[in-house]
Amino acid sequence: MAVTVESLPASTRSVTGKPGDDHALASVFKAYTISATFWLVFGTAVGLLLAFKFGAPDFWAEKYLTFGRLRPIHTNSVFYGWASLALVGCAYYVTVRSCGTRLYSVMLAKVGLWLFNIACAAGTIALDLGYNWGDLEYREWPWPIRLVFFVALAITAWNLLATIARRESKDIYLSNWYIVGGVLWTLVICLVAILPWYQKGLGQVAISGYFMHNAVGMWFTPLALGLFYYAIPKVLNRPIYSYALGVLAFWTNLLFYPMLGGHHFLFSPLPWWIQTTAIIASVGMLVPVFGGGANYLLTMRGRYHGRIESYPLAFLFVGVLCYIFGSAQGTVEALRDMQAVWHFTDFTVGHSHFTMYGFVTFAAWGGIYALLPLATGKRPGQFGMALHFWLATTGVAIYVISLSIGGTMQGLDWIHAKPFIQSVVDMKPYYLWRGVGGILMFLSHLVFVWNVWRMTAGKSGDAPSPVMEPEEAAV
Amino acid sequence: MKKAMWTIFGGALLLYIVIVMVIAVGPAIDLAQTPPGPGVVPLTPLQEEGRQVFASNGCDYCHTLQVRPLPEDVPFGRPSAPGDFAYATPEMLGSERTGPDLTNVGNRRGEIWQYMHLYDPRAVSPDSIMPNFKFLFREVKAVPEGETAVSIPAAFAPKNGDKVIATQKAKALVAFLMSLKQAPIPGYKMNGGMGGPATAAAPAASAPAAPAGGYAYDAAKGKALFDSTCAACHQASGEGVPGAFPPLKGNAAVDNADPTLHLHTILHGAHGVTIGGVAYAGVMPEFGSQLSDDDIANIANYERSSWGNHAKPVTPSEVAKIRAAGK
Repeated sequence: MAVTVESLPASTRSVTGKPGDDHALASVFKAYTISATFWLVFGTAVGLLLAFKFGAPDFWAEKYLTFGRLRPIHTNSVFYGWASLALVGCAYYVTVRSCGTRLYSVMLAKVGLWLFNIACAAGTIALDLGYNWGDLEYREWPWPIRLVFFVALAITAWNLLATIARRESKDIYLSNWYIVGGVLWTLVICLVAILPWYQKGLGQVAISGYFMHNAVGMWFTPLALGLFYYAIPKVLNRPIYSYALGVLAFWTNLLFYPMLGGHHFLFSPLPWWIQTTAIIASVGMLVPVFGGGANYLLTMRGRYHGRIESYPLAFLFVGVLCYIFGSAQGTVEALRDMQAVWHFTDFTVGHSHFTMYGFVTFAAWGGIYALLPLATGKRPGQFGMALHFWLATTGVAIYVISLSIGGTMQGLDWIHAKPFIQSVVDMKPYYLWRGVGGILMFLSHLVFVWNVWRMTAGKSGDAPSPVMEPEEAAV
Repeated sequence: MKKAMWTIFGGALLLYIVIVMVIAVGPAIDLAQTPPGPGVVPLTPLQEEGRQVFASNGCDYCHTLQVRPLPEDVPFGRPSAPGDFAYATPEMLGSERTGPDLTNVGNRRGEIWQYMHLYDPRAVSPDSIMPNFKFLFREVKAVPEGETAVSIPAAFAPKNGDKVIATQKAKALVAFLMSLKQAPIPGYKMNGGMGGPATAAAPAASAPAAPAGGYAYDAAKGKALFDSTCAACHQASGEGVPGAFPPLKGNAAVDNADPTLHLHTILHGAHGVTIGGVAYAGVMPEFGSQLSDDDIANIANYERSSWGNHAKPVTPSEVAKIRAAGK
């Protein structure tokens, strides 16, 4: 295989070499990671409480702790607090390093972080007080708060583009396509979600379908994939398998993903053509998913042993697998015959954790474990990373499997015209197992806090360098 | 150097905006103009306030407000039509059914049931996992002038003997829930399914052939229909809820050789009854427009033959006769 210059992250070639710049970048990366970690622990603590309420509905049923107010607090905290901040922190590091330059503005990055945090905190408080914008999923925050998030995003876009503009090389490394693409598209998404002219009746339904899946697929997905394109070759110390395949995945993702939001409203009164287009686009998504997924796996080929020795790589590997299988599952779910069984059931909740947790969250963890030690010079402990990895992996497996089985039973109960309450009764054991998975996942987040502490403020641990030996040396 | 950057990012942004206009914004502008369907009216101020309470407390995360043209959605009403949502802003179609769909709940449950169920769902639905909404109620020593105490079964009522009264928020919420009634669209049936949206041009359902040798009561169907339609108030045990919903077990109208009152009540509903000197405040919705003669016969026969009742079975033609006689 011909190794083009483009297929190597530029940081393996050059850095600015000024310690002041490195220190500034590390401080930005650290600040984003610490904020994100706070929102992860907060958001999943709320999630765990919600899981418990399925078995004990009268537990903490007071006004400010009622299920329906905490549920959007959970989803918005992990979306906008955890995953967004973790991925933006990584994105700053990846963009600066892959452009072989220094960050355009540390100040802008920090202002952006403040605004992101203010939006998340204000959004959480507003939802708990009962101020939401209808129960419009993932855009429940009142619009002025979402405007703050929009401004933070715009500042991030400006900072990243200005950084890329001052790069030394002619080419723009693929990671930056995904990262900047994701930020720019999300500016459009946020704007479309706020503009008032068509937010009425069925018009708002059309926007809900669009927003729900674009906020996932044109924000978290490109940021996580951009991170993969940098972190996987970096850790393995070898170039990406195929640059061209990455470019193909980029453009096909852009073509198909925006159109599939309607599959959240199959069999609804939305026009049938929107629903059918969404199904076709969902099938079309197999091209970027298998293309991109194969690219990552082929980059890892032959280094299977490394996946066990290197936990950063193990996290990235699970992230890639969940990207491929979680997305393929999404395609199958979008087919009308399958949707007739799974729609409205807990299977969907299993799917969203398979992807948002198994894919996006594992990608963020892999990126942080791979890159944060390079930025700060401090490493976590090997035991800490191992504990985190196995608790999280086991937890999410139990979570997804129990809700997938339970959700299927729920759907079949309805098809067999059983009284509705039967589907509630039949879900009880699966809700219990979901809680067990959730406990393991939450414990892993506490371990992650410890690991982040060691990579930032605390005492450096005993983990080996996240960058593996080059193959010649490893043989 | 700059050129590559603007080609990639500018192109990706432009292409995205074009797709979003075609797939989301354009259709949304058009769909926002959808005129209201027949009989679809705006909410009253009280119902509107109730919709706010519904949204604030995230009811929509467990209850959908859309009926699909699929057989499994039949219990929730006719398929939702575009015109149903003309006044439904913010939209609350929902994405999960941890609890049942509420599109047509105003036609299935009465106000008293709603209050009781909000105060403690387990009081009327023992297996429910819905949280209680006691924070929408006040517990008082004496019921103030102009207020009515919510009837709660003794086992679920405050232990200190306090009375339960609804706050303004609870009243608004129940007003909203009671407003959730589908306006009928003649001929609008479940014929959409996999093939297309529900249409008004429904082929006339072929009348079921009368089984040879006369009518046979389908006990399994009768029980299933009873459990999903009637048990919420009258309870699976047939014992009802004291003070609110009368028992069917040993009920003089049910366990009676003459089925007229029994069938009339199912077809046309009832407004507060007194049985054996005990007053039951619950309002029973009419089921004549929601259930076929066949279904009503199955339900009635299940009730007439369960919990020790031994009344003569009824046939769908008897139901049809009483239906034809009108109120």
